[in-house]
Amino acid sequence: MSAGRSARYALAPTAAAAAALLAHMLIPNQQTALPTRLYPKLLIILMGSALVVALVQWAWRRSRPWVAHHAPLMAGAIALVGTWDLLTLKFAWFPLPYFPGPDMVLQGVLDDRVLLLESAYHSLTLLLTGYGIGVAAGLASGILIGWFQSLRYWATPVMKVIGPIPATAYIPLVMALFTSSFLSGAALIAMAVWFPMTMLTSSGILSVPVAYLDVARTLGAGKRFLIFRVAVPAAMPSIFLGLFMGLCAAFLTLIAAETVGVKSGLGWYLKWQQGYVEYAKVYGALLIMATFFSGLMTLLFKLRDWALGWQKGLIRW
Amino acid sequence: MVIHQRADDNPDRDPPEALGSAPATPALGSSLDIENVGKSFRAANGTVMQALSGFSLAVEAGEMVSLVGPSGCGKSTLLRLIAGLDSPTSGELRIGAELIAGPSADRGLIFQQPNLFPWLSVRRNIQAGLVARGVLAECRQDTEHFLRLVGLEAFADRYPHELSGGMAQRAALARALVNHPRILLLDEPLGALDQFTRMKMQDEVLRLWLARRTTMVLVTHDVDEAIYMSDRIVLLTPGPGRVERMIDVGLERPRYRNSPRFLELRTRILEMLHFTGGGAPEPTTR
Repeated sequence: MSAGRSARYALAPTAAAAAALLAHMLIPNQQTALPTRLYPKLLIILMGSALVVALVQWAWRRSRPWVAHHAPLMAGAIALVGTWDLLTLKFAWFPLPYFPGPDMVLQGVLDDRVLLLESAYHSLTLLLTGYGIGVAAGLASGILIGWFQSLRYWATPVMKVIGPIPATAYIPLVMALFTSSFLSGAALIAMAVWFPMTMLTSSGILSVPVAYLDVARTLGAGKRFLIFRVAVPAAMPSIFLGLFMGLCAAFLTLIAAETVGVKSGLGWYLKWQQGYVEYAKVYGALLIMATFFSGLMTLLFKLRDWALGWQKGLIRW
Repeated sequence: MVIHQRADDNPDRDPPEALGSAPATPALGSSLDIENVGKSFRAANGTVMQALSGFSLAVEAGEMVSLVGPSGCGKSTLLRLIAGLDSPTSGELRIGAELIAGPSADRGLIFQQPNLFPWLSVRRNIQAGLVARGVLAECRQDTEHFLRLVGLEAFADRYPHELSGGMAQRAALARALVNHPRILLLDEPLGALDQFTRMKMQDEVLRLWLARRTTMVLVTHDVDEAIYMSDRIVLLTPGPGRVERMIDVGLERPRYRNSPRFLELRTRILEMLHFTGGGAPEPTTR
C-alpha cells in the first residue's frame, strides 16, 4: 500500500472525530438537555489518539496493514455516533425522553458507574455459575447419550419433549424449588445451556468416523481411550458449536432471569431504569451489556481457535 | 520358509540389520491359521450376503502374503476378521495357538486411508498405541526410533492436514509398528498414492519387513505390487470369497520389476484373472 493511501486511511478516524466535534459545537440544540462537556471531551480524546496512531503507522511501517484494516471501521463508528448526536440532540428527529443523545448516555453511565460495575459483576458471577454447571452437565449427558445405545433409546424421547421448552418457561418451577434467587437464576441458565450442549455433544460423538475407532482398537485401545482420547476429541468441533449456542442461550436467560426474580445485575438495572424512564441509563446499560457479552464471545472464539487449531481451514463460523 | 535376502547386492539400500536395532525387543512374526472361515452380513433389506465361505489359509511366521482378487471377494472382510474387528460366522482364526477373540495391539491394521487422528501431531499419533496400552513412559524413545525409520522426524510436531498422502501413510505405518505387532495387516495401504510414491513406499514396507520379520498380510489390487512384495500370492474368487489359487513367488530378493521371471509371473497371474487385454474390456477391479 502506498504511503499516501495508507496515510489517508490512517487519518480518517481523526477527520471523523473532528467533524463530529464541529457539528456538536456549532449546530444549536433542539432537544432540551443539560449540556455536559463529556461528549466533546471524548471526541477530543478520540481525535488525539487517532492522530497518534496515524503518526505511529507513518513511522513504523509494519503497523500499516493493521491500521489500514481498522481505521475505516473506527472512522465509521465515530461517524455513527456523530449521526446519532445529530438525529437526537441537534435536530430532535427522535424525541426525548426515549431517545437521548450520546452526551446524556455518557453522563448516565458516568453517574451510575459504581452501580453498573456491581451489576456487571453480579451478572458475570450468575452467568458463569449457570454456564459452568450447564456445560459440565451437558458434556456428561452428551457423551453418555452419544456413546451408549441403550441410554440413547431412553434419552432421545425425553430430550425431544423437554428440549424445545425455553428455559425461561421454568421460572415458576425454579422459584418454587430454590429459595435463593441466585440459585434459581443459575439453575435456569444451566438448563438453557444444558440442552444445546447435550444435543451437539451427543451428535458429535455419534458422527465420529468409525475408522478412527477401528484404528484405535487395533492399537490396543480400551473403552476409556476410545471415549476420551478418540470420540471426544473427534467431536470437539461439534462440542464447540454447543458451547457457542449455549452461551447465546445463557445471555438470553440471564437477562430474563434478572428482570424477573434476581435483584441485581445488568438485566435488573435495565428494568429498574426503564421504570424511572431514565432512557439514557437504559442505553448505557445496553452498551455495557454489548461489551460484556461480545467480550465473553470473543474469549470463547479464541479458546476454539486454540483448541481446534488442528482443523485449520475447516472452521467456517 | 527361506527368505532370500541379499541386501548386499544393492549398495543403495541400507543394510536391514541397522534398521532392526529397535530399542525394544525385536518383533517376531507369528503364524496365522484361518480354518474354514465363513462370514455373512445381513443387509438392510433383510437379505443375507455371504462375504466369505469355507475360507482356509495358513500363513507362516514372518511370511509376506498377498491377497489378490476382484472387488467383493471378501479381502477386506478377511482382514477385519484377522484384526478382530469383526467375528466370523463360522470357522476359527488363530494367531500361533491363540484364538482371535477381538482386536489387539498384536495385530496392526493399515487402511487405504491413513486415518491419522487429525487432532494429534504426528508424534502423538505414533504414540497413540503406547498411550492406549499405558506404556508411554517406558517406550517414549521408541516413538523417536519409528519417526526416524519412516523419515518423518522433521514433521514430528506437524498435524496430519499438513502432510502429503505418502507421508501420512508412513506415519500410519509407524503408528502401527510402534506396538511391535506380531502380524501387520495391510488393506490396500498404497492404493491412494500416486505411482511413484507407491513404488517408493513398497520398498519402505519391504525394508521394514526385512528388518523386523513381522508377518504381513497384504490386500492389493495391483498384481505388480503383489509379485514385488510377497512370498506367496493368494488369488481369490468373489461371491462368496474363496481361495482360487495359491502362487509361490519364489523370486530372489531384492526383486527387479523388469526381470524376465517377474514379467513372466505377471503375465501368468493376469491370465488367471483374465486381464491380459485384447478382448472385450472386462470391468477393471480398481
